[in-house]
Amino acid sequence: MTRHLLSIDDVSAEEIQRLFATAAEMHDVQKREVKKLPALRGRTVINLFFEDSTRTRSSFEIAGKWLSADVINLSAKGSSTSKGESLRDTVLTVTAMGVDGLVMRHSASGAAHQVAGWLDIPVINAGDGMHEHPTQALLDGYTLQRQLGGPGSLEGKRIAIVGDLTHSRVFRSNVKSLIKLGASVTAVAPPTLMPSGITEWAKADGFATSYSLDDVLPEVDAVMMLRVQRERMSGGYFPTSREYTVGYGLTRQRLGMLREGAPILHPGPMNRGLEISPEAADAASSRILDQVSAGVAIRMSVLYHLLAGEESA
Amino acid sequence: MLDARDISRALTRISHEILERNRDAEDLVLLGLHTRGVPLAKRIAARIEAAEGHPVAHGALDVTMYRDDLRTHPTRAPHHTEIPPGGIDGKTVVLVDDVLFSGRTVRAALDALADYGRPAVVRLAVLVDRGHRQLPIRADHVGKNLPTARSERVGLRLEEIDGIDEVRIVELEGVPA
Repeated sequence: MTRHLLSIDDVSAEEIQRLFATAAEMHDVQKREVKKLPALRGRTVINLFFEDSTRTRSSFEIAGKWLSADVINLSAKGSSTSKGESLRDTVLTVTAMGVDGLVMRHSASGAAHQVAGWLDIPVINAGDGMHEHPTQALLDGYTLQRQLGGPGSLEGKRIAIVGDLTHSRVFRSNVKSLIKLGASVTAVAPPTLMPSGITEWAKADGFATSYSLDDVLPEVDAVMMLRVQRERMSGGYFPTSREYTVGYGLTRQRLGMLREGAPILHPGPMNRGLEISPEAADAASSRILDQVSAGVAIRMSVLYHLLAGEESA
Repeated sequence: MLDARDISRALTRISHEILERNRDAEDLVLLGLHTRGVPLAKRIAARIEAAEGHPVAHGALDVTMYRDDLRTHPTRAPHHTEIPPGGIDGKTVVLVDDVLFSGRTVRAALDALADYGRPAVVRLAVLVDRGHRQLPIRADHVGKNLPTARSERVGLRLEEIDGIDEVRIVELEGVPA
């Protein structure tokens, strides 16, 4: 296993399956009365969040606590950084307190990579700007694989990822991980929300792109909706939210175009009525709440593999 | 040292001992410790069922997360823990393992068990006891006592995992006796 988890590039297909297998056992722990394993007893993990997050941070917090680690949450927003401290000084200060692992979210792409270079403890990227969010991609892949029939079941399956691809770290991590798991991915977005250069990227990595959700939906085995960030609304990426919903929302009408039982995923938080209709969010085939519980299991698995074993050289 | 017949006889004897200690197999739960304790627990359960005429609850226990040597090895994915539907509260739990050596695996298993419930009694059955205990732990049911030197390793193989039933003592190189 790698020393850090900064990007899906850090893990091979084989390691992803090992993380999934461990997560499956962690998932069983969630059903026990005593939801606690001693694997990280005596270890300290810091969740250092330079950007708002509720679910990712609490998911990492629960994961660490269920493995018996001491977990400290630090919201760096509005703390020493706003007093002018550099990123390097902030992380060195925080980790000098005797920390064994750092979970970090930052609005700058590449921040986690940079920080990993300064520290000699494992760093887990909990989202860096528009770059990557590896544990989200792992929990999505785990949820889909479980849903579609276990290890190897993503092989040859068609998955659509729909929404704001330009600004989405969830998309970037997911496209890498789903391809590693053998799925064929179609990225769907309006032209204004397609990253520049995606054609060459898609060709190099082996995924498809489309501007038409209606063409893609009937063909896929699962659909992953991305959140439309409200702040994009004023950026001229699309004229009105109504227009976005008509073209790219998973509306009640579009729900009928999906294959029977095809899983619906959304990383949350959802904008009900914008990118996903209440009918789709609450459909029997919606796996959105499963993603949340899978998130804890995957993060337990990642923390265990990065922090429990012998110090890797 | 032991061939398939010896192993079979030892398991039959252990099964009868377990029954004698626990008259009506009803409150009995057999839990095999990964890896090779799991098929052994299944075999003992089958023998008890054959003798008693009704099935006996059995499952598997993984102790990876409870080991005291986690930090001296690279991590590995835990195996599947399978607690029978009736749980272990108030039951007589018999832990089943292949080789009893330092006692550290059993120590970890006792900790793991406590997180799943509170058995009335916990016993230990092993196919081979090779000595060299590092903790105050002993087995209640032993298939075969095999006094060994520290420089030796007990090579225990089972049909379900290795394709053959046998126990051999192998000399390790570079370990002081």
